[in-house]
Amino acid sequence: MNVLKLDKLSKTYATGDTALREVSFEVPAGQVLGLIGPSGAGKSTLIRCINRLVEPTGGSISLGDTDLARLNGRALRRARRRIGMIFQEYALVERLTVMENVLSGRLGYVPVWRSFLRRYPAQDVAQAFSLLERVGLSDHFNKRADALSGGQRQRVGIARALEQNPELLLVDEPTASLDPKTSRQIMRLIGDACRERNLPAIINIHDVMLAQQFTDRIIGLKAGEVVFDGSPDALANEVLTRIYGDEDWTAMRGEDGTDEGAYTPSVDLAEGV
Amino acid sequence: MQTPQPYPARWKRPPVLFTHTGWRRAIYAGALVYLVLAMQSIEIDWQRVYLGLDRGWKFVEGFLTPDFTTRWRDISEGLIESLTMTITSTVAGVLVSVPIGIGAARNLAPMPVYLACRGIITLSRSFQEIIIAILLVAMFGFGPFAGFLTLAFASIGFLSKLLAEDIEACDRSQIEAIRATGASWWQVVNYAVQPQVMPRLVGLSLYRLDINFRESAVIGIVGAGGIGATLNTAIDRYEYDSAGAILIIIIAIVLVVEYSSSYIRRWVQ
Repeated sequence: MNVLKLDKLSKTYATGDTALREVSFEVPAGQVLGLIGPSGAGKSTLIRCINRLVEPTGGSISLGDTDLARLNGRALRRARRRIGMIFQEYALVERLTVMENVLSGRLGYVPVWRSFLRRYPAQDVAQAFSLLERVGLSDHFNKRADALSGGQRQRVGIARALEQNPELLLVDEPTASLDPKTSRQIMRLIGDACRERNLPAIINIHDVMLAQQFTDRIIGLKAGEVVFDGSPDALANEVLTRIYGDEDWTAMRGEDGTDEGAYTPSVDLAEGV
Repeated sequence: MQTPQPYPARWKRPPVLFTHTGWRRAIYAGALVYLVLAMQSIEIDWQRVYLGLDRGWKFVEGFLTPDFTTRWRDISEGLIESLTMTITSTVAGVLVSVPIGIGAARNLAPMPVYLACRGIITLSRSFQEIIIAILLVAMFGFGPFAGFLTLAFASIGFLSKLLAEDIEACDRSQIEAIRATGASWWQVVNYAVQPQVMPRLVGLSLYRLDINFRESAVIGIVGAGGIGATLNTAIDRYEYDSAGAILIIIIAIVLVVEYSSSYIRRWVQ
């Protein structure tokens, strides 16, 4: 089975800001990894280095036998199609239909003329319909993406990523602009999909409570370095303080336990760190 | 109930441009003096203006009593020529502008292509239509072919520049998402960029159609055919009633294009 392995992954931006300092860890197949940390800790950069939307400046990233950090051109595109990505704010192409958005997951596999004429192979189309049913949007395939609600759009985003038949799922703040209930549904959907397909996944997430509830393992990132790596249950108050800085963590947990509706994302507590 | 106010109650927006008070006053005063002096340097020959009023009035009279019939053959020929010129040059302009516009977008094109395409745009935009028309009339002779080339060339600079700017202003996350699926460059253009810029491209093309029609009337005066040539002849012959008829037709066509383009734009949103 495919394993994702990061070895001394580093990224320094052209501006001189170091986003990642020699980050190393492994994600085995089927593991859902939550990546937490304050804003600017390098979570987004880390995820984007893996599929090379951001160029890493050092280290290696291997998925199975491929070293992703060393690929270029066609080989890079072939590697990207093996990695599904789900975005903050969904990143659907708004003027395309739901179906086109889902089918765009196949772009790495079909020739340009097929994608241009929207004539995808029959099994791709059938898979798109089955995924839309899986995420509960069977009736919406001909709607334009900008006609959907936030939760629905993220479901389309999930279907697009799964349409790639990925070997790895990268998820960047999937619930950042969703309400608490929808956030939980989306997290559950992503978790179930990973378990069904035995997919490794890395989920960037601001919300510590959601991370604890829906992931198998948590890595805490602070200023580009791994400061915690362990099971979600091991996220004690002192660990949170190590990742985010001082805050009254007990009060946050208490609030969450009594009233889920009035729940505020933990990012607010971590802001200004 | 009044409580003692420890905070300042007055606030003024700090000046943005000239922060030094003395300099600011000096610059404003200087600008005013220059304006007054410049106004005084304009020479107005009131007698000539008085004579011209008469001629101008004749023109207005012609405009108020337009004569569509006497020169109808000339007018209709000129019109058809102008419309042909307008439509063909707009279509040709759009077809050439799309690749150049994509090439001139920094987020899609590599540096050498970007510079080459920006160069073409600058070249096309640095000459006014009339100057290009004079040059092309000298090269290809009088008539609508020179007009077609002029308008197509001018359209390229206009459309490519605005299209490139629109592509650069595209939502980056949509492009990123399509790239992340392993899509090739062509697929990124087709799936992530085209849907975002299409309404604007349609709007710009229709606007350019409108401009090209109006320009076709102007470049006709320097020999590039079309309704402009007819208009020029009418004015030369002091046939202000026919000239008035031509102007009214031009206004009517521009109005029709304007209304239909706003309708089409709403439709492609």
